[in-house]
Order: sequence, then structure tokens, then C-alpha cells
Amino acid sequence: MLGGDPLLSGDIDLAVVLIVLLKVVVVFALLLVATMFMIWWERKIIGDLQNRIGPNTAGPFGLFQTFADGVKFFFKEDLLPDRAQRRVFILAPLLTVVPAFLLFCIVPFGGDFANGANGTVELFGHETYLQLADPPVGILFALAMSSVAVYGVMLAGWSSGSKYPLLGSVRASAQMVSYEAALGLSVCAVVLTTGTLSTHGMVVHQAGDGWGSFIPNWNLLAAGIVPFVVFLIASQAELNRPPFDLVEAEQELVGGYHTEYSSIRFALFFVAEFMNSVTMGAIIVTLFLGGPAGPAPWGPGWLWGVGWFLLKLLVFLFVFVWIRGTLPRVRYDQLMDLGWKVLIPISLGWLLVLATFHVARDQHWNGVVVALVGAAIGLTFFGLLRFAIATSKARRLEGVVD
Amino acid sequence: MFGLLVAQNIAFYVIAALIVFGALRVVTCKNLVHAALWLVLVLAGVAGQYILLAAEFVAVTQVLVYLGAIVVLFLFGIMLTRAKTGHDLELDNPTPAKVGAGVIGVLLLGVMGYALWDAWRGQELGDIVVQRTAEVSDSLFSTYLLPFEVISVLLLAALIGAIVLARRD
Amino acid sequence: MLVNQFLFLGAVLFCIGVYGVLARRNAVLVLMSIELVLNAVNINLVAFGAMWHATDPANLSGQVFALFVIAVAAAEVGVGLALVLMIYRNRQSIDLDEVDLLKG
Repeated sequence: MLGGDPLLSGDIDLAVVLIVLLKVVVVFALLLVATMFMIWWERKIIGDLQNRIGPNTAGPFGLFQTFADGVKFFFKEDLLPDRAQRRVFILAPLLTVVPAFLLFCIVPFGGDFANGANGTVELFGHETYLQLADPPVGILFALAMSSVAVYGVMLAGWSSGSKYPLLGSVRASAQMVSYEAALGLSVCAVVLTTGTLSTHGMVVHQAGDGWGSFIPNWNLLAAGIVPFVVFLIASQAELNRPPFDLVEAEQELVGGYHTEYSSIRFALFFVAEFMNSVTMGAIIVTLFLGGPAGPAPWGPGWLWGVGWFLLKLLVFLFVFVWIRGTLPRVRYDQLMDLGWKVLIPISLGWLLVLATFHVARDQHWNGVVVALVGAAIGLTFFGLLRFAIATSKARRLEGVVD
Repeated sequence: MFGLLVAQNIAFYVIAALIVFGALRVVTCKNLVHAALWLVLVLAGVAGQYILLAAEFVAVTQVLVYLGAIVVLFLFGIMLTRAKTGHDLELDNPTPAKVGAGVIGVLLLGVMGYALWDAWRGQELGDIVVQRTAEVSDSLFSTYLLPFEVISVLLLAALIGAIVLARRD
Repeated sequence: MLVNQFLFLGAVLFCIGVYGVLARRNAVLVLMSIELVLNAVNINLVAFGAMWHATDPANLSGQVFALFVIAVAAAEVGVGLALVLMIYRNRQSIDLDEVDLLKG
């Protein structure tokens, strides 16, 4: 129950407890620093994309800008609206931040996976993984935490006792719940490919060589590119990042669910948002790009693991900002159409295709026949779906159904 | 192993107290959203008990489905119908009905408690072995395949039914 | 741990749920109380499942049935809330005592 970590399989003495505490502190600090960095990174890159300079005054390259903002938030007046529900209003930011922290617990951020090693490192005479926890249901835990994060948004909007936050939060939670399905289905494809729910197991499975022994054995290729694309899009919607940021849509909603929040409570929402971006990037890296797995030519292998992980993560953080800087915000009906009529059918169909190929491989069926039959069935259902959507649209336009 | 057992028992009683307190608040509190929040506490506590029973997959499903979907649906239902922030006095039946309900509840508890005490007195759970997700899924897709398929049809029917009921036309 | 610990917890939760169903008038609250009842049943199922699993490792019925109950609960809430929404649209109230059109 305590997970696959060899640290916890033997006797649990004081050293083990201390190692776990050390890992907690390290992960906490790492995540906080990464979040501060992410805020700076986003502002700086957006600035570059828009031909501005971005933050440049506080510290070298404006690196301490986030810090300065944090201090400013601390000293601002903490307003509590008259019509707010006091206790829930105070609870909501915490409900947003805590899942954001818990989400990072299952991310493997280092370890030696080169040459068939299984990612353990030796720490004070105990073998352990470089991740806070490795529950056997790891990735489901991540999905669960990201669905718990809905509460913060929903309650913040409701407890403010004013109309814009309420509208924003109903929108936000509808969006997050909708895209959770697509997120879960694309994770299913990965689970089907790797045969494990544990994040560490996934990294081990993706370590080593794939085709032609120079292409990595990443799920990005092994599970097909489709789940990756679906996950990337759905994660942006789950994070309420642009182009799916109608939750805060300043032009319509004044600022969405946290309109009434100020000072440190607003800062908590803000931090949680960027923390979730970092974590989601890390989870994508773990699921599809082999996490810390990579070659370790010389020196300590675990350090290479950390290096590979940070490099891959940085690429995704850049992609996130790039998407934000490039795409305009979608409309609400476009958002729902994309989620329910495109992403969910595609990921569900892809899951079926993957399952079919796994069964065919196990049963030694003829691959060509399977592919042809699968394609025929797939096309039929795709046609039916298109037909159904077109019919309902036509009926809506005729005014039969409004 | 003695230390582990004590720790498990302490965890059980703490979580059980939270569950019972939360459940009582669900059925007594005067605000719909607060009731939903207390329900979240109860459901999370139940997930904790599943982990104590080494049923990790059920625990995480509980969090995913109940906390992530069902209570969110409740909150939707509340916000779409009536989202008062203050006290709401029209949530309960009149007092005589409440007293009757309380009597029924206590009597039921007495009967069930006696039956349980009589039947399972002193029965140990035994060494709790972790029930791996792979084993659960093997069981689900072999022995219980037919009920599983029936459940999926039921879910589909419920999905369509809910859409048909809730759409405005 | 004793089996009865979990069974008693289930019984208490069940009775609180029954009280809620009887004492509440608001439809959403009645649905919530039904969730309490279903969870009480699930605790029993998982506890018995763990007990049987300890003696017979191939037997996972308890957990499987708990999963079925969760799935059915999801379906129930979906349809139930759709009904509540309908009632609210037609009558501007979700008070169960006022849904008495069929009363003679």
C-alpha cells in the first residue's frame, strides 16, 4: 500500500522517516522555486513574443520580480466582501493550493534510468526513488487531485456573494469537469501501453531504446501521437490557461471567480495556477516523454536524470507560454464542442484502436486484416458521429430545438 | 506489528468520528452548499477507510467519481436552482416529521447494531493484504464481465436520459 | 482490526442517511442523504471484501461490487439532478412537498 519505493519495503526506522521528511522539504522547495520561475518565465517570454521587454528591474533579468510581487501582495489590505460567506471564502484559496501541491508528489524528478537501471538512488544507506511518493495507483491519484481542484474555483465563486464570480465559477467548473474526461481517456491509452498505473513504473517502461535503437521508447510514439495531443489540449483547458481562459475572461467577467479576492488570498490563487502549470508540464513529461529517463554518458546517473527531467520540463513550459502568446481565446460553445465532440470521441476511438492492436498482437491475428477492419469500423462511426452532429446543428438552426 | 495495528485503529477512529460528524451536519445544516461541503468530508473519510482496508483502487475511484464528479454535480444543481448564501429555513420537513425520522433512525440503528454485534462478534479482519488494481481488473473482466457490461449500458441510458430531461425544448 | 468496527460505522452512516431522507424536504438534500446510504453499503462491501481476501486471495468480490455501486450512484445522481432541474424549471421550487400534481 505504501508504494513500490524500496525505501518503505524494509524496516521503517528513524532514518527512513528523516529521508521522507527531507524529500517532502526538497519537493516543496523545488515546486515553489519552479513556480516563481514559471511566473517570471511566462512574463518574460510573453514580453518577447509581443516585442516588449517584460520585467527587467528587480534583480538580473528581472528574476526577482515574482518575489517583489509576493511581498507586495502580503502588505496589501485583505478585503472580505460584506456579502461573502466568511468561512468558505477563506477556505476556497486553500482548496486550490493544496491539490496543486499534492499533484506534484507523484512526479519522478530524477534518478538513474540509463542502461537498465531502475531509477533508485542511494541516500544515507537506503535505496529510494527520487519522487515523494510512488503509490501503485499513481496516475489516478493525479487525476483525482486535479478533479478536487475544481472545488477551490467553484467555492471561491459562490462564496464571494456577487454575480461575476458566480458566473465565472460555474463556467470554470463546467469546463474543468468536461475536459477531465478527455484527460482521463488519454491517460488510459498510456496505461494500456505501459501496463502500469505507477508513475515510476511508467518511466521505467519508457527508459531504454525503442525502434532502431536510437529513437527513444517514449509513449509519445508507443501510444501514438493522438493521446499526447489530446492530453496537451485538455491540460490547457484543465489549467484554465489561454486559449481556454474564459474562466477569467476579463472583458466579460471582470476577472472570473477571484474577482472579489485581494491580497494574499488572491496571491494563493495566482500561485496555484502557475504551480499547476508546472505540475501539468511535469506530468506530461512523465506520461509521454519518459520523465527523467535518458542516457547518462559520465558522472552520477541520477544527476543526469534530474537534468533530463528539467530540460524536458522547460521545453513544455515554453510550449505552454507559446500557445498562450499565439492563440486567441475560444468562445464558450466552441470550447464545449471541442471537448465533447472532438477530443472525447478521438481519444475514445484511439483507445479502442490501441486495445485492438494489443489483442491482435497477443492472439497473433493478421495485422493487415485487423487494420483494415478497424479502419472500416472507425470510419463508419466517424461518419455516424458527423452525421449526428450535422443533423442536430441543422435542427437547431431551423429552430426546432433551441 | 503491534504498533501498526494501534496506528490503524487510531486512524480508523479519527476518520470514523469525522465521517459521523460530517454526516450529521449533512442532514442537519441549514445551507445547501454547506451540506454539500460536509458531504465532501464524509466521502473523503470513506475513501480513507478504504485505504485502511487496503482497497486502493476503490479509494481512488471514490475520490475521482464522488468528489470529482458527483458532488460537483450537486453543487451545479444547487447553483442552477437556488444559491442562497445565508440560512434557508425551508429545507426540512416540519418538526413532528423530523422527530419521527429521528426515532426511526435510532430504532434502525439499534436493530442493525444488535444484529451486527450478534453475528460478527470478535471476528477479526485478519491480515489485510493489499488488493492490487490488476487483480481487481482481472476479476472485473472475467467473473463479473456480464454485470460490468450491464452497468455500462445503464450508464449510457442514464446519460441519455439526463440529457433528454435537462435540455430546454 | 475487527470487522465490526467497519460494519458499525456503516450502520451509523446508513441510519443518518435514512434520517436525512425522511427529515429533509429539499430534493437535492434528499439525494445527498441517499449518497450517505450508498456509502454506508460500500463500506460494508469493502470491509467484507478485505476479510474474504485475507483467507481467499482470489476473491475480490467486495471491491468489484463497491465499484458497481459507485457507478450506479453516478448514474442515479445524473438522472436525479436532471429531474430536480426539470421540477425547478416548471415550478420554481425544488420542495418535494409541492410536487403533488398526482394527488387526487
